[in-house]
Amino acid sequence: MITARLWKFGNDINTDLMLPGSVMAKPEADQARAVFAANRPGWIDEMKRGDAIVAGRNFGMGSNRPASRSLRNIGVGFLLAESINGLFFRNSVNFGFLALECPGCSTAFEEGDTAQLDLDRWTVHNSRNGMSLKLQPIPDRLLTLMRGGGLYPVLEAGGYIAPRGNNPPL
Amino acid sequence: MGMTIAEKILARAAGVARIVPGEIADVEVDTCVLTDMNFLPASWRHILKMRDPAKVVVVLDHLVPANEPLSAAAHTAARAFVERFGIKRFHDVGREQGISHVVVADNAYALPGTVMVNPDSHTCGGGAFNCAARGVGLPETICAVTTGRSWFKVGETVRYEFDGKLKPGVTAKDVFLTIAGTHGAHVNQNVEFGGPGLANLSLNARRTMAIMGTELSAEFVIFEPDEPMLDYVRARSTQPFEATLPDPDATYKDRRRVDLGAIEPLVALPDSIVQNSVPVAQVEGEHIDQAFIGSCANGTLDDFAIAAKVVAGRRVAPGVRLIVTPGSQAIWREALKAGYVATLAEAGAVVTNATCGACVGGHMGVLGPNEVCITASTRNFKGRMGDPSARIYMASPATVAASALAGKIASAAEFFAGDLQ
Repeated sequence: MITARLWKFGNDINTDLMLPGSVMAKPEADQARAVFAANRPGWIDEMKRGDAIVAGRNFGMGSNRPASRSLRNIGVGFLLAESINGLFFRNSVNFGFLALECPGCSTAFEEGDTAQLDLDRWTVHNSRNGMSLKLQPIPDRLLTLMRGGGLYPVLEAGGYIAPRGNNPPL
Repeated sequence: MGMTIAEKILARAAGVARIVPGEIADVEVDTCVLTDMNFLPASWRHILKMRDPAKVVVVLDHLVPANEPLSAAAHTAARAFVERFGIKRFHDVGREQGISHVVVADNAYALPGTVMVNPDSHTCGGGAFNCAARGVGLPETICAVTTGRSWFKVGETVRYEFDGKLKPGVTAKDVFLTIAGTHGAHVNQNVEFGGPGLANLSLNARRTMAIMGTELSAEFVIFEPDEPMLDYVRARSTQPFEATLPDPDATYKDRRRVDLGAIEPLVALPDSIVQNSVPVAQVEGEHIDQAFIGSCANGTLDDFAIAAKVVAGRRVAPGVRLIVTPGSQAIWREALKAGYVATLAEAGAVVTNATCGACVGGHMGVLGPNEVCITASTRNFKGRMGDPSARIYMASPATVAASALAGKIASAAEFFAGDLQ
């Protein structure tokens, strides 16, 4: 069971909002500071590690930029959304960020609610109003990557890429 | 039951007879594309072994020529990578350079019936050539480069059946804005384009529409093959391929008819591109500071032709910047030979080299605080092209060019009034 306080966002939240182009070439720490700077300035200081996001349709539309990595880096525990853009979902798998489709979540949850996530039963419970919703299950192998640090450690272990920090000097 | 185009290509790539929505297809990837953005020190991971360098394409596109030391370092890293693995299909700054999605179209690297990946989201542009092409992010592309394999969640398919012919001055961008405005996002769904009206859509128009499929959040966006497309590919590639039609009894999530002749010019309002389209008349007269025509979506020769037709013999309004960026240097040269570059420059447009540039807010047309831009490119998101307080309207290259002349959002209809349908 994972329990988290929720922050609520709308439909069609795009990855430019999570990772603005102005910090694309900057280190991960700078990118993390810029999450939702344009649409919700100051949120990054209000949210606490372990908090989660609930959102509407088409979350993560847009660019392939590693927005999931930024959400992971600032400590977002998980994402619930009515639907999730396929590329954002894949980056969430590969960067180790828990992103779940949950039809009905944007009406069942309000900002500040506490969500209890049960990945054995694929349900989420709202402790304020008692509502329980079904999550769209994720295949085991993808869930393992999402919860286990993503794809790079697997590629490192297979000898396909060098460990981080072992990039040759430019 | 039969399969849609996307299902058939994925089934073939997975080595199975049949695949259905909901399954995961584990596939052999035919072509992997990397761009300069991937080699930025903040992103790149050092590759130790590669499955097959002949399957890899490297294109410098987002920040070309380098706009700062970091992008220059990324370019240097890409050159070293290409050298180390002996990658032949390398598109460095210069004659053969362009935006990756345009380069793979110009050179027929996106082959019918094959699977292509690239980190960049607009990769589905390869679908104009009946290719199952998809942006997959950098980790997945590195996986495909090193192991040769990837996976796809198989989505349901929505089929759009074209009829008729676009009216003069109405473009592929308006078709997209119509679909995005009417049907919204297509999350977890493939989009398939076909029908008798396909014959009336140029390959460049199809390229624009396939690229823009990304903005519908579609999985794969794939056009039916036809002879003009196959002739184009055969003239540029000696590689084998298998053009793929849907089965006659394929199962679709929905089939939607689009009467091309009924489409009118539209504008997407700032910040979002789905369910946000309005007729030009609704925003006519809005002041603009910048007009942009470019990107992988609207840097084609068709876009140059239509912009040049609108501005020929006229001047861009004082205080407005019209910036035109070709999708590739090959298109730049064609536009030069056709006289479009001279016409645009004479009118006061700045014609840049090929790069993602202003579309991604990178360079050559970045917006300042509270500026207003009308753009024929891929996105109108808040902050996309520069300062987050800037407002970005999206429209066809005809509407953008007409707006640049007027200094405010304007209809292009008068420039096409005498044209025969």
